[in-house]
Amino acid sequence: MASTTTTPSGRVQRPPLNLSGKKNRQRSEHIIRWILIACSLVTVATTVGIITILLWEAVNFFREIPVWEFLFGTTWTPLFEGAQQEFGVVPLVMGTLMTTLIAALIALPLGLAAAIYLSEIAGERARSILKPVLEVLAGVPTIVYGFFALTFITPVLLEPLFPRLGTFNGLSAGIAIGIMALPTVASMSEDAIRAVPRSLREAAYGLGATRFETTMRVVVPAAISGVIASFILAISRAIGETMIVAVAAGQAPAGQSGASSGWWDLTQSMQTMTGFIAYTFSSDISRSSTAFYSLFGVGLLLFIMTFAMNLLSQWITKRYREEYD
Amino acid sequence: MSASFAPGKGVEQYNPRVKQRQNASAAMKWFLFGATALAIVLLGMLLYSILAPGLPWLNWHLITNMPSRIPERAGMNSAIWGSIWIVLGAAVMSFILGLGTAIYLEEYAEKNRWTSLIQTNISNLAGVPSIVYGLLGLVVFVDWMQMGRSLLAGVLTMGLLILPVVVIASREAIRAVPPSLREAAYGVGATKWQTVRHHVLPSAFPGIMTGIILSMSRAIGETAPLLVVGGASQVLFRPSSPLDPFMVMPLQIYNWTGRPQEEFEQLAAAAIIVLMIVLLIMNSVAIGLRQHFSRKARW
Repeated sequence: MASTTTTPSGRVQRPPLNLSGKKNRQRSEHIIRWILIACSLVTVATTVGIITILLWEAVNFFREIPVWEFLFGTTWTPLFEGAQQEFGVVPLVMGTLMTTLIAALIALPLGLAAAIYLSEIAGERARSILKPVLEVLAGVPTIVYGFFALTFITPVLLEPLFPRLGTFNGLSAGIAIGIMALPTVASMSEDAIRAVPRSLREAAYGLGATRFETTMRVVVPAAISGVIASFILAISRAIGETMIVAVAAGQAPAGQSGASSGWWDLTQSMQTMTGFIAYTFSSDISRSSTAFYSLFGVGLLLFIMTFAMNLLSQWITKRYREEYD
Repeated sequence: MSASFAPGKGVEQYNPRVKQRQNASAAMKWFLFGATALAIVLLGMLLYSILAPGLPWLNWHLITNMPSRIPERAGMNSAIWGSIWIVLGAAVMSFILGLGTAIYLEEYAEKNRWTSLIQTNISNLAGVPSIVYGLLGLVVFVDWMQMGRSLLAGVLTMGLLILPVVVIASREAIRAVPPSLREAAYGVGATKWQTVRHHVLPSAFPGIMTGIILSMSRAIGETAPLLVVGGASQVLFRPSSPLDPFMVMPLQIYNWTGRPQEEFEQLAAAAIIVLMIVLLIMNSVAIGLRQHFSRKARW
């Protein structure tokens, strides 16, 4: 009440609005803007940092081992001595591709089936059970899947089927990676399928199509860009997965363990690119050796592979997205 | 009734095979149900493979004791403390940086090449394998900045790893705040930051918190980057300074899983149970938070 006065004519007069802080406010607005820009630069710096250190350290490695010998050599024995030490990355890449193939064979069809079931067929009750189950599977740490592969998939599920199965083998690791990647495919594909407008389905039913025909010939093709993007992302995650293969896939590269009949032999130890990096840090090897620098050659290759797949996934989503309404 | 509606030639040939097609439809339904229900079977097997060997080993020693060569005496106390510090540190770091980035991208940035570069970059970072972050942390934090294989190096590495998740979640939460709220604030003369600070952020806060908790539950299970940064050797004491060596729960599980004695495998299973309980609590808090605040939404 003290700040207002009433004139004899009865109009209320307030003191003029105090804008003396305006200049300070503008200055602090400016500072805040730059702080926020600095925050966003950290993400850019991370990418630049990853690429720089991988290239930088890999160059040290490629000074000793020529790039072509690394990329096309077929023997990987970094921990051996002298002439027996070879840095041909092909067996590691094969290990990664074979475990990823098994994972894809499990995660892609099952994930897509789950996505179609959840979005097109399941009623409220089935959804309310299945959706949380997939969410739990998605949240399980990968080390747990590694434990599952080593102590359950190998001895209980696979041993009866493959008599000469090794304790560590590519097959069980691949299956576990597949289970890990399944929820990714399911939830991303489900989102894509749900985004297909109802009118498309109704038009198909109106023409007399059954549910199977509507789903397979109308709904899934309409959502295909999202489905394929989810496939690629799942494959990229399978390539980069570390702890499952570190625990379950063994420490001999594909085709290099005694019992293995070749790089395709999934029943035997099959070290992957990520598995090699993890193994190097679980054993203590000299930080100045060529074997240590080979980590960054392998890391660089891994980064390039997953990076290319992520870009491809984004490009497909953007390029082939069907826009409705 | 004359047969004036006798079908023409074309119609006679048309065979809709309704029965067959409906059977195919029903078969698909069961096939898809089977494939989805397999997820339940898998989860069941996963839980069984952990609970059966792990439950007998689940006791207070596991939580209060330090690692030991003797399985009966071995515990994961140092790993629990390491996990707490790593996850809290990484959460604080990614909260500050991630929220700042999200605010910048949603509220301040102009729509130009630079902004879309930052956005593409963030979604790409989310897809970089976690072990590559480990290599980054090893070279930058452990070696160049001379932190050694310390808790601090682990926190910084993990913070960078979960940063994209936090940015993406925070952006979505900020975007969900209706423009009318901002316009009202501008209308009464608020500056941009006042609008963001007093109106946008309070409304977006529950969504941001949910994102942070989910990224923490990712951080607590993440093993590979910490294996690279911290190594797999046992730590027999609680970290008391940022430069102490550390051990986290998943690394302890990895360490025990890799040993030949069966007792340690069972101990690993028990440690997994503890880890999963912690995860379950964190996720329930996130879900509870989301439901609590979505009921109170003001628009």
